[in-house]
Amino acid sequence: MDMREFDSTARNTWCPGCGNFSILAAAKQAMAELVQSGEVKPEQIVISSGVGCHGKISDYIKVNSFYCLHGRVIPPLMGIKVANQRLKAIGFAGDGDAYDEGISHLIHAARRNLDIAYIVHNNQVFALTTSQVTPTTPIGFKTKSAPKGSFETPLNPLHLMLACGATFVARGFTGDMRHLRSLILQAARHRGFAFIDVLQDCPSFNPTLEKFKPKVYDLNKEGHDVGNLVAAWEKAKEWNDRIPIGLFYRVEKEIYEKQLIGDRVLAEEKPLPSVQDVLKEFM
Amino acid sequence: MQDISFVIGGLAGDGVMRTAELLGKTFNHLGLYAFVISDYQSLIRGGHNFCKVRASGRQVWSHLEAVELIAALNQDTIVRHEDELTEGGRVLYDSDAAKYEGPYKPFPIPLSGMVKQVGGIPIMRNSAMVGAIAYLYGIPFEPVNEVLTWAYGKKAEKNIKLARMGYEHARQNFGQILKLAPVKRLPMPFISGGEAVSLGAVKAGMKVYIAYPMTPSTPILSFMGTHQDELEIVVIHPENEIAVANMALGVAYAGVRCMVGTAGGGFALMQEAFSMAGQSENPVVFVVGQRPAPAVGVPTYTAQADLRFVLHAGHGEFPRIVVAPGDPEESFVKAGEVMNLAWKHQVPAIILMDKHLIESYMSIAIDEREVTAEPGSVAESWEGEYRRYKFTDSGVSPMVFPGTPGAVVKVSSYEHNEYGHEVETPEGITKMMQKRLRKMDGIIKDLKGRETVKIRGDPKAENLVVAWGSTKGAVLEAMRLIDKPLKFLHIMYLSPFPEWEVTKHLERVREIVCVEVNMTGQLRSLIREQTGHYIKKAILKNDGRPFDPVGLSAKLKEAFGWT
Repeated sequence: MDMREFDSTARNTWCPGCGNFSILAAAKQAMAELVQSGEVKPEQIVISSGVGCHGKISDYIKVNSFYCLHGRVIPPLMGIKVANQRLKAIGFAGDGDAYDEGISHLIHAARRNLDIAYIVHNNQVFALTTSQVTPTTPIGFKTKSAPKGSFETPLNPLHLMLACGATFVARGFTGDMRHLRSLILQAARHRGFAFIDVLQDCPSFNPTLEKFKPKVYDLNKEGHDVGNLVAAWEKAKEWNDRIPIGLFYRVEKEIYEKQLIGDRVLAEEKPLPSVQDVLKEFM
Repeated sequence: MQDISFVIGGLAGDGVMRTAELLGKTFNHLGLYAFVISDYQSLIRGGHNFCKVRASGRQVWSHLEAVELIAALNQDTIVRHEDELTEGGRVLYDSDAAKYEGPYKPFPIPLSGMVKQVGGIPIMRNSAMVGAIAYLYGIPFEPVNEVLTWAYGKKAEKNIKLARMGYEHARQNFGQILKLAPVKRLPMPFISGGEAVSLGAVKAGMKVYIAYPMTPSTPILSFMGTHQDELEIVVIHPENEIAVANMALGVAYAGVRCMVGTAGGGFALMQEAFSMAGQSENPVVFVVGQRPAPAVGVPTYTAQADLRFVLHAGHGEFPRIVVAPGDPEESFVKAGEVMNLAWKHQVPAIILMDKHLIESYMSIAIDEREVTAEPGSVAESWEGEYRRYKFTDSGVSPMVFPGTPGAVVKVSSYEHNEYGHEVETPEGITKMMQKRLRKMDGIIKDLKGRETVKIRGDPKAENLVVAWGSTKGAVLEAMRLIDKPLKFLHIMYLSPFPEWEVTKHLERVREIVCVEVNMTGQLRSLIREQTGHYIKKAILKNDGRPFDPVGLSAKLKEAFGWT
């Protein structure tokens, strides 16, 4: 399948050079590959996105989509998977969505091992609202809402996810699309909660592409053991001259849906014909 | 006419509520009509818990404040309820835990000692109490035995033994209050509104129930949870109310009927998702159980003060269905009805209940054939590319669900075009807004063929009582105490407002009194807004308690000038 079959007719309004274009292309390529390999049918893919620049991705991919409220990417996907666990669900969230407004859902989805892929467009800034701090904004970064510079310690999303029990924890970079495509594909294939924090360039409010490019390296090419939680934790601390990207941690664990409903596909079930037996309990 | 009313009380943790429920069930078994209201505080141990139990040879709609018997597991119960005793009242009490030397007839019974004798645990005092109460009301022991066996299964033996001891003690020491005669009637459930609303939703095809615990809707979560296998449903308790509501949207989007339950405060947290349900046209049913608010308010008590809140909840303009059943039977029927309407018209629906309705038990006939799963507006086929928000005359765009070959199903929180893509042009916004709002016409047309209000009492009377929700029970009982012709208009649908029914009833009468458990007259103002009629007289309160029929009848007489 050609990724262009996922092209939508909606007019793209992202800024020229936006890192979102890389995530969009990588996601479409990964989806095309999933379809091509026969793993899923196009109609079985559902995406969801939050609110912010990234959110428009729901409009830009011609696939089932749930373009939700700010911060709420995960709960609808959880509902979708409970209703029909045959669907392949991929969530896209901004750093404001994922780490501010909707952080509780993220923590719990990881802990439950809900079988979805969750991709965070982390540009370290609120962009669509024209520059305010997010939980990942670096100290000293000046925005309209914090003109003297942010003083809050930024959140380390990888540490958060490792602590919450996510079974697939990765970091991508919009400056390396091939790598990103491969990560998204692995995440979509992972059975369980697959988390990717994507370092995303925002040319308008936080251009990081040139800053990160020389520092970024693929930790999976340097012999990192993805089954070692302690090693993953140590690697996730690294954020100076070198910035690791790739898969930090992966483990197999039973998924939420299976434990909740076994193999039932609720979307195909008929209504219960009678409740008389239960009514009789009250007689 | 046999009609009994008693109170049973003790500390939280003493098992009072279970005991009252079992007694109610016993009366129900005998063909009597029982009603049990529970009154408890927001604590787990201690405090004061009590239940008012009423049973009669004819349908009872409410408890009574006045009782002829206090059944006390502790001293506090006697102190708190002595002034509710009617003339000749009796005080049955655990003589190992309390004393009574007042003007009413003392019935001491050594409950704690009996429990020690059989080597039981303190909570089993209830069983001996049940036995004694059964004797006092002239019930044979056999139905007590049956109910205890049903309730405690293999552990019933000691409980039955204690019930027998209580029964014998009463027989030897106390005089019977009266001899309840069994009534021949078809079996009917002794059920709460919370349980009935659950079953109605399931009968209409609900497969998923999602809730975060919050009184008074927690019993629905417990009932759904403990019955999930029999009902073939999935019950989810996620991290918070915001997750609950947004999850429900996802379930509906994927084609599965879903209900959520909460209280006013929880629904306040769900409002953004409720608005999203309107915008994305995802049918989700919300049960909102009212309790006295603002804020946390009084968690374990009742109110009817969230009517205006649910009518206006959620930002933006979109059609919604709001129904307020008045008893368990209506809860069953209306839950099914709004589930069907929501899926037919693709709108969110609210079932507005309250603590009194959700948690009180009553004997009431429920015919499960009243509810069937009616088909939703699903597309069998479509021309060209599938459009989730296709413009139609009715405003309803036939749905398909993700997983359907050849269809791309896009729903959106943003204002959108027929395909679900964002739009911002004035024409684009107007057309989609109009499409959504047009659905209200279809809902109204649909409702004109269904029961939106109920008329009780004398249909030709010139004096009209208007009420909604659980206040129905107190009004029906109060009317029995008034020997003047009275008509009662019980309004069940609040959105769309059935002005086609309400107006004609308001026009045909001389005097109208509106009765509500709120202090601002929310239904009264809604009637004025929707029909232009201003109802001058209202009986209002918001003290956490439902109306007592006797007190209400006095207030009604006063309002109509009959004193």
